[in-house]
Amino acid sequence: MRIKRTALLLLSSSLAVFLLLAGFVSPHGPTTQYRETPYAPPTRLHFLDATGFNLRPFVYLLVPDGEGFREDLARPNPVHLFVRGSEYQLLGILNSNIHLFGVNEPARIFLLGTDGFGRDVFSRLLYGGQISLTAGILATLLTLATATIIGTISGYYGRWVDEFLMGSAELFLSLPWLYFLFGVRAFLPLHLGPEATFLLLVSVIGLIGWARPARLIRGVVLSARARNYVLAARGFGGSDLYVLRRHILPETLGVLFTQAALLVPQYVAAEATLSFFGLGINEPVPSWGNMLSTLQQYNVLISYSWLLAPVGALIVTSVTFWLLADALHYWLKSPSS
Amino acid sequence: MRLIVRLTLFVFLVQATFRAATPSSEPPKSGEELQRVECELGRYGGRLVVGQRSEPKTLNPVIAVDEISREVIGRLMADLITINRASQQTEPGLAKSWRISSDGLTFTLKLRKGIRFSDGHPFDADDVIFSFHLYLDQAVNSPQHDLLIIDGKPLAVTKLDQYTVRFTLPRPYAAAERIFDSVAILPKHILEKPYREGRLVQTWPVNTPPAEIVGLGPFRVKEYVPGQRIVLERNPYYWKADRENHRLPYLDSLVFLFVGSEDAQVMRFQAGETDVVNRLSSENYRLLSREQARMGAQLVDLGPGLEYNFLLLNLNDLSTKKLDAITRKQAWFGDLRFRQAVSLAIDRDAIVRLVYGTRGTALWGNVGPGNKLWVNQVIPHPPRSMETARQILKSAGYSWSNSGQLLDPSGTPVEFSVVASSSNTQRMKMGILLHDDLAHLGMQVHVVPLDFRAMLDRVFHSFDYEAAIMALGGGDADPNPEMNVWLSTGSTHLWHLGETQPATEWEREIDQLMREQMITLKYPERKQLYDRVQQLIAENLPFIFLATPNILSSAKAQVGNFQPAVLDHYTLWNSDRLFLRSEGQRVQRADIR
Repeated sequence: MRIKRTALLLLSSSLAVFLLLAGFVSPHGPTTQYRETPYAPPTRLHFLDATGFNLRPFVYLLVPDGEGFREDLARPNPVHLFVRGSEYQLLGILNSNIHLFGVNEPARIFLLGTDGFGRDVFSRLLYGGQISLTAGILATLLTLATATIIGTISGYYGRWVDEFLMGSAELFLSLPWLYFLFGVRAFLPLHLGPEATFLLLVSVIGLIGWARPARLIRGVVLSARARNYVLAARGFGGSDLYVLRRHILPETLGVLFTQAALLVPQYVAAEATLSFFGLGINEPVPSWGNMLSTLQQYNVLISYSWLLAPVGALIVTSVTFWLLADALHYWLKSPSS
Repeated sequence: MRLIVRLTLFVFLVQATFRAATPSSEPPKSGEELQRVECELGRYGGRLVVGQRSEPKTLNPVIAVDEISREVIGRLMADLITINRASQQTEPGLAKSWRISSDGLTFTLKLRKGIRFSDGHPFDADDVIFSFHLYLDQAVNSPQHDLLIIDGKPLAVTKLDQYTVRFTLPRPYAAAERIFDSVAILPKHILEKPYREGRLVQTWPVNTPPAEIVGLGPFRVKEYVPGQRIVLERNPYYWKADRENHRLPYLDSLVFLFVGSEDAQVMRFQAGETDVVNRLSSENYRLLSREQARMGAQLVDLGPGLEYNFLLLNLNDLSTKKLDAITRKQAWFGDLRFRQAVSLAIDRDAIVRLVYGTRGTALWGNVGPGNKLWVNQVIPHPPRSMETARQILKSAGYSWSNSGQLLDPSGTPVEFSVVASSSNTQRMKMGILLHDDLAHLGMQVHVVPLDFRAMLDRVFHSFDYEAAIMALGGGDADPNPEMNVWLSTGSTHLWHLGETQPATEWEREIDQLMREQMITLKYPERKQLYDRVQQLIAENLPFIFLATPNILSSAKAQVGNFQPAVLDHYTLWNSDRLFLRSEGQRVQRADIR
């Protein structure tokens, strides 16, 4: 258990640090286009040269070669730490131009290769993660809050309230969302600032998804309501609010955590769909969703494997969230807490 | 040796019995005026499978407007005079010859004698008269209708004898014979009844029993499976033959598989399920060329096509709409110097390289190098220059803030959005490159992906957009189809729709020139007029031209006479002479029946 917890701690904190310090960790700006190197494969870090093993890795300059690229072996370019590069804002306040690592021009380091515009995938992954994860988490919170309120009321009060709320949930599930979104798009101004897009994204994703978790929560509440200790609490004169808070809501925590672990990665991917309607995070600003959307092109999917990097990032995130939810669940259930 | 001959004979006999379903060609008869086609001699037999985006909506040539329906209909029907897609010149079709009167007003067409429809019924002048009657009937409302109206007056058709018809134009019309292309000649004996009963528009939906759809094209319908495929079989009475007098087409059947997007078509092609991909993006072309050795496919790069991609700035009259924010930005868009600066800042080479993988050509005018007959070779191609762009903006009163943001003469930051179709990855890519290029000038450009139809609605109806990336062109190499775009009253005069009179002097001049070239009959004089139009367009930049993609197609190695063209239909325009070279590899595909 301890090992698992340490691993979890390491995983989640390194994820958070990497994403929070995206500007510092990434060697390039997220929208900088190096037009001479589109679809460059990940830059290889070399340790061995003619003189033997070097502790400091080096890279070679990429030069176009036919349809792809080859390394120009004439001059090795050592990787330096704390180099000056493009300007960025750290944590939204600190202006800086020092990057964790980099190489001297004209060579460039692309740890995860470049996309079709010659933009560094590694840098975009970090910057995109900031946006995508925040949006995913906020939207999940919104969904679960709405779902908890509706599900609890529905399950606890039953009868016509239940009929009505669950009926509208059914209706909500059956709505053709794509057409609804077309409509939403038509009402909005063509261009929205990044903040407005972000809020819109969170609210659209967050509000569309409430119906399913609400039904689950209603089920849990429904069964909890009939438990003897709940009946006893009510018999002693506990108010609805007291009973809900003390006895019923804690029962739903398990469902909530599993739902959260499932929803966050799902919502990060949902953003890719929304970008299609002009409602997602728009290019050139990176997000995992719009990075993934380039993979809808068949040739990209099968030719440039490094563009699958956001998939890897999503898997890592999902696992982390799942472990976190599990750990929280365990911690809440244990009698010591 | 004799044994082998006998065995082959036996095999052929057996095959013949099994293949009874596909008719073999009728041997040419003496009275039949067949058209001889110069091509590689092919062999009979085989099935050619082509992937298609979706199902045709109708098989009725009189009402079909969508490209996909027309792709199929084009194989079922034939025209009086056709444009040879390879040479881009007109050539005889059902009319074996034609004569133009010296005033250019009457066309006398001699029809082929003794030829028959796909049901064996003979063809003559009555069918031609009937067909044009349909197309010209306002109640039918066919898409060809407008094409046949010149100056508000329809062209008149008269029958001189059973095999001669005369068309009279209300006014001289340049390259008038080109309008006969894609005006399919219909069977009077089949369609007259539904037409009289007012049911013409409902006839020949896709699920019509195959025997009822009759045409003069190389193929006729054999089977339609909803959602999967439409199978065409050889028209045994087709009116073309190869130089050894074998009646065409060579293929037994032509199958259109409904597979979906271009990517899906490429996947099917890679899997060996289809034989031809009509149009490839440069990325997919690259993908297939990497596998060429394994697949043995023919990949054809025809060079630049006729399509032109451009940045469109909204200069519509917005006084009746409540779009003040856009009206303010029109002060920039309407200034030629602003448009020049934008044009100079665009890295067209990067578009060609990054969007088309070098299989494209940068453009500075509406006619690209793909249109060899009409391109104006002398319009300038100013290279990208940020310096010049900045100077031009400065001279127009623009300045820059400390952070590098461009400010207009009143001090407002220059910022606008560009819409592009979200399903078109290439135009989205152009948008992102544009964003970066114009950022170097201090302009803030936001690329907004929109669903294609939503975008068209904004561009054509609501005018609620600031700028857009779009494409036009590709129908025909002739200037006449472009009239719609450049006449100030044209329905695709995109930057300023619905002008009652030309808004600017140069638009007035273009109007005059376009009208004049339409009634000028000699090519050199027309070319001179159209050159001037191109020059005016390049100077005044109503569109900021970006690039044109190459036409890329592919087919399996065994497809013979495969000769794609830059006019659509790129690959099947000569389906009557396509053939399959060897049988060996094709046995495994029996499942596609």
